[in-house]
Amino acid sequence: MIELKNVSRIFQVGDQQVPALRDVNLRLDAGEYLSIMGPSGSGKSTMLNLLGLLDRPTGGTYLLDGSDVTGLDDEQQARARREKIGFVFQSFHLVPRLTAAQNVELPMVLAGIPVEERRERVRQLLDSYGLSARADHRPEQLSGGQRQRVAIARATVMNPSVLLADEPTGNLDRTTGWEVIKLLEQLIERGITLVIVTHDAEIGARARRQIHMLDGRILSDQPSGA
Amino acid sequence: MKLSDTLQFASGSLRGSPTRTVLMMLAMSIGVAAVVILTALGEGARRYVVDQFASLGTNLVIVLPGRTETAGIGPGLMSGQTPRDITLEDAQALLRSRAVKRIAPLTVGSATISRGALNREVVVAGTSADMLGIRHMSMAIGRFLPAGDLNDASSVCVLGSAIKRELFGNEQAVGQWIRLGDRRLRVIGVLASQGESMGMRTDDLVFVPVATAHQLFNTSNLFRVLIEAKNRDAIDAAVREAEEIMVQRHSGERDVTVITQDAVLQTFDRILTALTMAVGGIAAISLAVAGVLIMNVMLIAVAQRIREIGLLKALGAPGRQIRHLFFAEAALLSGIGSLAGLVLGYAGSAIIAYIYPALPVSPPWWAVLAATGTALGTGVLFSVWPARRAAKLDPVAALAGK
Repeated sequence: MIELKNVSRIFQVGDQQVPALRDVNLRLDAGEYLSIMGPSGSGKSTMLNLLGLLDRPTGGTYLLDGSDVTGLDDEQQARARREKIGFVFQSFHLVPRLTAAQNVELPMVLAGIPVEERRERVRQLLDSYGLSARADHRPEQLSGGQRQRVAIARATVMNPSVLLADEPTGNLDRTTGWEVIKLLEQLIERGITLVIVTHDAEIGARARRQIHMLDGRILSDQPSGA
Repeated sequence: MKLSDTLQFASGSLRGSPTRTVLMMLAMSIGVAAVVILTALGEGARRYVVDQFASLGTNLVIVLPGRTETAGIGPGLMSGQTPRDITLEDAQALLRSRAVKRIAPLTVGSATISRGALNREVVVAGTSADMLGIRHMSMAIGRFLPAGDLNDASSVCVLGSAIKRELFGNEQAVGQWIRLGDRRLRVIGVLASQGESMGMRTDDLVFVPVATAHQLFNTSNLFRVLIEAKNRDAIDAAVREAEEIMVQRHSGERDVTVITQDAVLQTFDRILTALTMAVGGIAAISLAVAGVLIMNVMLIAVAQRIREIGLLKALGAPGRQIRHLFFAEAALLSGIGSLAGLVLGYAGSAIIAYIYPALPVSPPWWAVLAATGTALGTGVLFSVWPARRAAKLDPVAALAGK
């Protein structure tokens, strides 16, 4: 469960203060499917970074699974990211020198999980995403769709409660893009909270709840089809 | 994150850019190798000199006639006296000192040695049985001069190995007779080849009892008296007491010089050790340069891998872990680099030792430790800043590659 209370984020650019988020309030229950849409500069990426604990709000409170994570130090924040949050990026962000299996394994390596357990979980996950045959391939030997599936496997390997996807189909063609979206939507059934930031109205419309942003404010917050 | 995983990840990133890694390790290993080789050379020179002195004998005190003064005109000249000779009795009197373990008188002259039609000029050393032990010489065959009364002018001699070879070739020399000056002497032993020590080759000497030499050269003087002190601590006492005994016997006149080789040796030892350390220190500067190089390359690595760092942060790596990863990388670099440097250094020392066999070239343990330590230290030290910089990166900006 996620709750943002009067959250604002102001960037200091030179001697100018540029607000990227202004007094945002948002409540997300476990298992919700949310899309955030809006033009560039509307604050949707900033929102995603705040939700992912990659950035800190300049004002307001952020509650993640009931506990206040606004004032956490670097170590605690990293721990929360590791255990509760998964990221899927537009440009995949796979480590080029590591194989698909090693990329998926990476969060568990950082978490210090024993090797045997890591291997087993990676094997299972690659298997369920249909990537078993590609386990030992490096990212450059994989297609865009395969890369994003590896990235999703990596994002879910620690069983996070929230999955944040930033334009996950932005670098993919239409067909593969849809496959990736379907894969992400399957995760909701397992109780994960999915947040997708997108430009694509068609993809955004699939979410059960949609947020439109403009100038750092939530313009509308409505369930799909309403 | 486990240590093994940290090392594995770090070595993975090193393998990711092999050219850079190899160049850095090369810089590191050249630095370490330079320290190892240069100190090995310095240490070799030091040990060469020390060995040369040691081959003259240990705890050695030498009494020689005459007084060396730094003043232009010696006191003997002022009082119209010439220094008195040292006699065999003087030498024997030195044994009264409790600091003295044993003595060997030495008188030197040259004579013609002949066997049948073969003859040559040789340096004859008149001495006693204890010379063998004091000078650390060893016998090839037979025995050295007989112990006993120093005034006993027995007709025996001991040949240096070169003289033996020239006169007897491969024949048995012990038991044969040779002619030395106007005396016939029986060969009772041949010295093992000792090589050169401080410019004097025992291989070219003929040793005879000191009394025999006195008769040969018609003299009663001693050229030197070699004293072996009981131990290292007794050297000072031996010098003092030897001087006192000689002054007493020469009716209060201080007309002998007593020197210790220890003093000379220590001076050489100190100078050469200082030199070795200085040379090693200069070589260590190259290690510092290698350290700066590591810092530079690490900073470039941070910039190049900025997205990866951002990703690691997003995946839940705290700043501390990022720092450790870069430390591990630097430690691996300098560790493997200095290991390669040690191999290179030892190989280089071995080659020098092969080319100059006389020089006991071997890197001193302290230099090896210092070189490795400095390499690892600079490697890790100079990665502190890049590692901190990586750890402090803002994850959002890093992910965007900014």
